Amino acid sequence: MTYTVEKAAMTRLPKDGLMDMAYRHRVLLSAVFLLVFPLLVPFKALAVNILIYGLYALGFNLLFGYLGLLSFGHSALFGAGSYACGILLVHYGMPWWAGLLLGTVAGGAMAGIIGMFAIRTSGIYFAMVTLALSQCVYYIFYQATGLTGGENGLRGVNVSDISIFGLHLYFVDPVTRYYVVAACVILALFFLSRILASPFGAVIEATRENEARARASGYDVRRVRLVTFILSGGFCGLAGALQAIHLSIVPIETMHYETSGLVVMMALLGGMGTFFGPFIGAAVFLLLENVVSLWTVHWQLFVGAVFVLCVLFFPRGIWGSVLHWVKK
Amino acid sequence: MWRAPLQGNSMAGLSLELIGLQLFAGLALGSVYVLLAIGLSLIFGMLTVVNFAHGAFFMLGAYVGLWLLSIGVNFWICLVAVPLIVGGFGLAVERVLIRPLYGRGIDYPLLLTFGLSYIIIELVRIVFGKSGYPVDTPALLQGAVDIGVGYFPLYRLFVMAVTGVILIGLWLFLERTSYGLIIRAGARDPQIVRVLGVNIARVWLMVFGLGCGIAGLGGLLAAPLQGVIPEMGGPILAEAFVVTVVGGMGSLLGAVLAGLLVGVVVSITSLFAPEMAKVAIFALMAVVLLIRPQGFFGRAGLMS
Repeated sequence: MTYTVEKAAMTRLPKDGLMDMAYRHRVLLSAVFLLVFPLLVPFKALAVNILIYGLYALGFNLLFGYLGLLSFGHSALFGAGSYACGILLVHYGMPWWAGLLLGTVAGGAMAGIIGMFAIRTSGIYFAMVTLALSQCVYYIFYQATGLTGGENGLRGVNVSDISIFGLHLYFVDPVTRYYVVAACVILALFFLSRILASPFGAVIEATRENEARARASGYDVRRVRLVTFILSGGFCGLAGALQAIHLSIVPIETMHYETSGLVVMMALLGGMGTFFGPFIGAAVFLLLENVVSLWTVHWQLFVGAVFVLCVLFFPRGIWGSVLHWVKK
Repeated sequence: MWRAPLQGNSMAGLSLELIGLQLFAGLALGSVYVLLAIGLSLIFGMLTVVNFAHGAFFMLGAYVGLWLLSIGVNFWICLVAVPLIVGGFGLAVERVLIRPLYGRGIDYPLLLTFGLSYIIIELVRIVFGKSGYPVDTPALLQGAVDIGVGYFPLYRLFVMAVTGVILIGLWLFLERTSYGLIIRAGARDPQIVRVLGVNIARVWLMVFGLGCGIAGLGGLLAAPLQGVIPEMGGPILAEAFVVTVVGGMGSLLGAVLAGLLVGVVVSITSLFAPEMAKVAIFALMAVVLLIRPQGFFGRAGLMS
């Protein structure tokens, strides 16, 4: 992945002042953009979907783009967050914020469990083992009908009114809903930006670039991988929890391996290992889905074709190509 | 996956005969895993490509079989024709889509074949429809035979026999022919083989086609047992991955033993705790990863 090295070098040492400023204030920039974003999208529910899947892709990208581990089991992390939030709200009557918080924790915990086994392998094995373990999680959630609703999904994750510091918001209103989700996403973006800018962020990228050298520098590569996987799980868990309160239901398909494939597709389309790539990938993917599924039911054919074409001719993705072009 | 012949009986009905029968059912189930896993392992060993479309090729084999049977082709001819058709398709895939990716990192062929599986599944949905079909067991192979511990479906014995024939054939091909020698050498060191004047690209092409053809045959054999449905490749791909991880990537012997073991584990678990049968496979993998991360016969170096 030589292009990511170029990219990393560029973002760390930008040539001109404008890029430097954009890089420094990337979270603020995204926040401003997300404020006006709903005005650009045909309908609000789609904007919320883009946010949720963007956050999911962001969590995935932390692992694949920055650490270089390809996971095909992220549906289990996303689903864990979704189900944890749903179960706590439906069965235990917890407030929405506890659902989101514990959903994030559940995503991280699921990543910890899967990671414990999967981290023992690397390279090509990792993709296979994560896929297999997520399939296992799928079966477990499918069987536990009492808790998860099984095949029918977990229904009744209803959040209508939320209050933050005395401020009462009507969550059913799509605009309010968008801004509540956007606030969570901006928080996550800030957190991710801090992780990547921290010394640990540098270790993550060092591990991707040269595992042996990172190990020789005294870093416990296996622990770096596990911690990054858990962090990635936290982001995906939050995305899942937001999805649960957005849809008011947790469908069993959330756990399906196609949900893992989806996020790989979005990260690839947007640009792996770039900060904004996953969001752009999610936005383009969902907007395309919205358009294409109007004139054909065989949307999956299109997904596969875009996937194959991206790998063959467009491995940098949209945002990665833009960065590459700006650099030239 | 198809159901084991006797599922979820109460403990009172258990007997040695029942366990013996279930063991045989497990070996039959394992045979299908073996057919998928040896293809995966062969392709990985040679090309260092993990074929995420392997499940789709399996499904394609079942559908090509269904189509040939429906236009009146004899089942025995199908046994030859289906692997040839699916293998031919595999050749085209390697030549057009995978070859440009050699040398570009190990993740790209994996991502590409994953995308390809979407295309294959959706094309099958367009041609054959979204719902599944049952497939009749060939007339000659219906009924059951006494295998000492009780009556066992003849067709399942046939599946085991075909797998055995394929394995022996493959072994003879790899160990006793000059082409097999090139394949084994290529798996060790493709550079040297190329220097010796062998067109390694063509060898890779043939190996990919061979692996896909065997997966297609597996699909055809599984069709009468479980019926066909466009999504049938997904779960079995995950299970075949478990087999390759347990057996050790790139090892054919590992794929065979682990495939049979996984089949037996599923079958025996479904006798005692049917709802745990699916999870047991992955528990087995988790244990193997903890104790011996490279699998039974895997080379530790292949993992990184």
